Amino acid sequence: MKTPARYSRSIDWVTVGIYLLMVFVGWLNVYAASYSPDAPTHVFGLSFGELMNFNWFKQILWIGTAVLLIVVLLVVDYKAYDTFAYALYAGMIVLLIVTPFIARPIAGSRSWLELGPVRLQPAEFAKFITALAVSRYMAGINLRHQNFRDQLMLAVFTLLPPLLIIAANETGQALVFGAFLLAYFREGMSPLILLLLAAGGAILILALLVPKLWLIGFFTVLLVLVLVFNNRLLRHHLPLSIGVWLVVIGMVFGVDFFFNSVLQEHQRKRIEILINPSADPLGVGWNVTQSKIAIGSGGVVGKGFLQGTQTKFDFVPEQSTDFIFCTVGEEWGWLGSVVTIALFMALLWRIVYVAERQKSVFGRTYGYCVASIIFFHFAVNIGMTIGLAPVVGIPLPFFSYGGSSLWSFTTLLFILLAIDAYRKQDLVR
Amino acid sequence: MRRCLTQVACRIIQIFFALQYLEGRKYVVQAIFLAVAMLFAGRLFYIQVLDGSYKLAADRNTLQRIVKVPYRGLVYDRNGKLLVQNTPVYDLLVVPREVKQLDTVRFCQLLQLPIEDLRAGLLAAKKYSRVKASPLVQNLSTAELASIQDNLIDFPGFRIEARMARAYGTQSMAHALGYVGPIPATWVDREKYAKYRPTDFLGISGLESFYEKELMGRRGVQYRMVNVRGIEKGAFRGGEFDTLSVAGQDLHTGIDIDLQQYGEMLMAGKRGTVVAIDPKTGEILAFVSAPAYDPAMLTGKGLGNRYMELLNNPERPLIDRPLTAIYSPGSVFKLVNELVAMQSGAVTANTGFPCNQRLVRCTHNHEYPGNVSIAIKNSCNPYFYQVMQATVMRGRSRNRFEDSRLGLAEWKRNVQTFGLGDKLGVDLLGEKKGLIPSPEYYDKSYGYHRWTYKTVYSLSIGQGEVQVTSLQMANIMAIIANRGYYYTPHFVRSVGQNGPLPQFQERHKTSVDSHYFEQIIPGMQMVVGRGGTASLASLEQFGISMAGKTGTVQNRHGADHATFAAFAPVEDPKIAIAVFIENAGFGGSSAAPLASLMVERYLRGKVVRKKWEEWLPGSADRFVKRHH
Repeated sequence: MKTPARYSRSIDWVTVGIYLLMVFVGWLNVYAASYSPDAPTHVFGLSFGELMNFNWFKQILWIGTAVLLIVVLLVVDYKAYDTFAYALYAGMIVLLIVTPFIARPIAGSRSWLELGPVRLQPAEFAKFITALAVSRYMAGINLRHQNFRDQLMLAVFTLLPPLLIIAANETGQALVFGAFLLAYFREGMSPLILLLLAAGGAILILALLVPKLWLIGFFTVLLVLVLVFNNRLLRHHLPLSIGVWLVVIGMVFGVDFFFNSVLQEHQRKRIEILINPSADPLGVGWNVTQSKIAIGSGGVVGKGFLQGTQTKFDFVPEQSTDFIFCTVGEEWGWLGSVVTIALFMALLWRIVYVAERQKSVFGRTYGYCVASIIFFHFAVNIGMTIGLAPVVGIPLPFFSYGGSSLWSFTTLLFILLAIDAYRKQDLVR
Repeated sequence: MRRCLTQVACRIIQIFFALQYLEGRKYVVQAIFLAVAMLFAGRLFYIQVLDGSYKLAADRNTLQRIVKVPYRGLVYDRNGKLLVQNTPVYDLLVVPREVKQLDTVRFCQLLQLPIEDLRAGLLAAKKYSRVKASPLVQNLSTAELASIQDNLIDFPGFRIEARMARAYGTQSMAHALGYVGPIPATWVDREKYAKYRPTDFLGISGLESFYEKELMGRRGVQYRMVNVRGIEKGAFRGGEFDTLSVAGQDLHTGIDIDLQQYGEMLMAGKRGTVVAIDPKTGEILAFVSAPAYDPAMLTGKGLGNRYMELLNNPERPLIDRPLTAIYSPGSVFKLVNELVAMQSGAVTANTGFPCNQRLVRCTHNHEYPGNVSIAIKNSCNPYFYQVMQATVMRGRSRNRFEDSRLGLAEWKRNVQTFGLGDKLGVDLLGEKKGLIPSPEYYDKSYGYHRWTYKTVYSLSIGQGEVQVTSLQMANIMAIIANRGYYYTPHFVRSVGQNGPLPQFQERHKTSVDSHYFEQIIPGMQMVVGRGGTASLASLEQFGISMAGKTGTVQNRHGADHATFAAFAPVEDPKIAIAVFIENAGFGGSSAAPLASLMVERYLRGKVVRKKWEEWLPGSADRFVKRHH
C-alpha cells in the first residue's frame, strides 16, 4: 500500500476540482430553485426537522454524505472493483428484479426503494455497476478479433439492466445504457454500427418531420442514380444497395407502427411536442414551453442569483431536479449556461484524458463508460430543457437535486479516480 | 465531376474503416462531445439572446396588471345639489377550481337564481379560466348582499367584489345625464376605447358620455408578480412602474334641478320639450324631454332588460327631444326674419304693410300693422310675408329668379349667425342641425331659376322647409335677450374647478346690430300683454316684464304643435325659454302658460298660480316609472 501522502499525490486533483466546482455551482442553483421569497430566511432558528423541508438543505446533507462516500471509494482497494464487478452486477440484477415488487409506486413507476427517510433508485446505481461489469468483460476479450459469442455476451450485459428498468417504467434511465456504445466504439466496435444507428435515427426523425412519399421518392431516386451512374464501388454491392433501400423504406413505414403501437401515450406526446412545440402549451408541452421561457428570459447575463421569476414562482416543474438547468439559464443567462456547458466539457475532456492514460483495458473501458454516461445525461437533460430532446426524466449530473443521482455519479466518477490512482502499479494486467 | 464525388465518398468510408488505430477514436468521441456542446451553446444563444419572445412570455407569465378604477366624477346642479353619485354594488365572483361540492339547490335559493343560469354561468367561468375569478352575478345591491353574505362561507370558491355604480339624486333629467353601462362589445376594438377592458363600464350617452374622459379620471395600474397559481408574490420591481389612480372630475352643471323637475311635472302626459337657458352665460337651466323616465332605470342589476323595455315603449321615452327632434319654428321665426330685414335695410321698425290676406292667410283679426310692434303682437302673417319679400327681392338682378337666389343666399348667411342650420355645439352628443334652406336647396327641388320668393314665402312665417331644434329655439330667445349675441348653450359650467370648456366662454355675435333688437322687444312684450297672442303668460302681477312670441306649427303628424318662446325680465334677462308641445294646438293657450309658470318658478322660486298647473292638460303621473 502507498502511504497516504503518496496516495494523495497520485489522485487526479484536476478532476476532483472540477467535480467540487460543479457540485458547488449545482448546489447554488438548487438553493435558488428551492428558495422561496416568502419563507423566513433566518435558517439558523430552524430545527433540523424544519430544515429538512428545504431541498437545498437536504442537498447539503447529500453532498456531505457524498464526501464520505468518496473517502470510502478511495480507501477501498482498487482491485476490488475489478474483482467484485460480476458479483455486484449479479446483486444489482436481483435488486432490479425485486424492486418493482417491493417498491411503492411513486409518480407512476415502482423504482424507488425506501430505507427509512432515504429514498434510493436502484436504476441510478445500475449504471456504474454495469460499467464495471462490461469493463471487466471487455478486459478479458480481444474485440479486434471479434467473435460472435463475445459480442452477444456484451450485448446481454448491456441490455439486461435497461430491460429490467423499462419493466419498472423508468424508460429515461434505461436509455442511458445506450451511451455504452461510445465506450465500445473506443474499444474497437465497428464504426459502422454507430453510423448505421445515426443514419437510422436520422431516417426515423425525417419520417416524423417530412411526408413519407417525399422520403420514399428521395431514396428511390438515390437508388436509381446509383444504378444509372453504374458506380464502380457500389456496383459490386448492388444487392446491398437494394437491401439498404428496402430497409430504409421499411423504416419509413415502421415509424408509424413504432410510434403508435410501441411507444406509450405519454412518450408519443413528448416526441410530438418536440416536433411541434406549440401544439399543446398548457398540457404536454407545458414543461418544455415553460422551461424554454425560463431559460430564454435569462438574456445574456441572466436575472441574477435568486432573481429568477419563472423558476421561483413554480412555472417550471421539477425545477430543482430534472429542470435545474432552467435556473441556471434564467438567473445566469447565456454566459452562465455556456460556463456550465464548458464545465461539463472540461470534465469530459479530463475523463477521456484519464481513461487514455490507463494501462489496463479495464480501467480505460471504465473511464470511457463514465464519460459516455455523463455525456448522455448532459446531452439529453439540457437538450430537453431547450426543446432539442424529448422530455426524459433523467437528472443533470452533479447539478440536479437528489441523493441517488449525486451518489451514483460520485461513485461512477471516483471509482475511476481510485483505479487511476493505482494505475502505475497495475503493470501485471 | 462524377469521379470527384466518388472519390469523396470513398474517402469518407475509408476514414471510418481506417479507425483501426483505436487511439485515434478518442478524437471521434471528443468531436461528438464538442459537437453537442456547440449545438447547445448556439441554441441557447438563439433563445436567450436573439429571440426576445421568451422574455415577453416570461412577463406574461408572472406579471399581473391590476387596473385601479378611480372614483367616477359626481354631477351637481347649479345650486350644489348632487344629481349623480357613486354607490357600491357587488359582483359575485367564482373561481371554478376552488368550488367544492356545491349544493346547487341551496345556492340557487340563496341567490334567487334559476339553476340554468347558475349552470351556464359556471360553464362560462370554467371556459374563461379555472383559476381566475369570473363574475357570476353582477350588480347586487347592498341589501341583496346582506342576505347572502353570511351564508357565502358555506360555498368555497365564491366571493364578493365591490364595484362602484351610478346612483341618482334625482328622478329627472335622464336624457341629459345619460347613463353608464358596460362597454358594448362592438366598441372595444375601436381606437378611441383602447384604454378600456371588455368588462369596463363607461358613459354611454348624455353628459356621462360627452365628459367621459373628465369623469373617468385616470386609471391607476399596478404590476404584481404572480406565481403559477395566480397567487400574488409582491410588487414588480418595487412598484417602479405602478401609477396611482386619479379620481374623476366633478361636473358642476348649470341645471336648476327644481326647475327641471317642475318642467317635467308640467310636461307629464305630453310630448314635447322645454328648454331654458341663462342668456348671460349660455348655461342650460332646464332641459325637459317629455315623455321622461327615471335615470335610475338605467343603472344596477337588470339594466339591459329595462333598457329594452324603454326602447320598445311606444311613447319613445329614450328620444332626447330637445336635441334631436326638429320642428318648424313657426311664428317665433318671424322675429329672426324681422331682425335680418332691419339689418339689411329693407324695412325699419316703423314700416307698415297691409294685412293682405291674398298673400297669405292671417290667423288673427287685428288692427292695421303700421309698425313692427303691432305686427309682432298680432303675429300678422301677411306683414312678415312682405318683410321677407323686401329682404330677399332687392333688385340686385333684373331677373327675378336670380334676384330671389341672391336675396335668399344673403338671408341664409344672416340667419345662420343666429346659430341656426347647424349644430350649436352643446355638450351632448347627437345634436341635430336643423335646416335653413339655401338657394341650392330649392334649385334641387324646383330647378335652377325655376323658383322665386313666391315659391318659398312660407319661410317668412317659420313654416315650410325651415327646421330648428328646441335648443336652437331657446337660443334665439337668449340672443334677443342679449340684444345680439349668445354663448353656446351648455350644461357644464365647471369641470372640477376648471370652469367651462373654452368653447363655451366664447361670445358669438349675430350679424344684426344690437339696436335693432331693442326695436322688436316692445312688440314681444305686447305679445304677453293685454290683447296679445299670449296674454295668459303675463307675469305683470309679479312685476316681471316678459317678452315672448307664440307659434302654432303646422306639421304632418296631426294637430298643430304649440310653441312659445320668451325671455324675462326684459331689462335684465335671467332666463330664455322655448316650449314645444306636440299636437297641442294654438301656442298661446298651452305652451305660453307653461313657459310662464316655468319663468315664475325660476325667478320667484315658487309658483302661486297653482290652478294653472292643474289646468294644463295631462295628469302628473304619466311618467314612465321604474317598475318594482
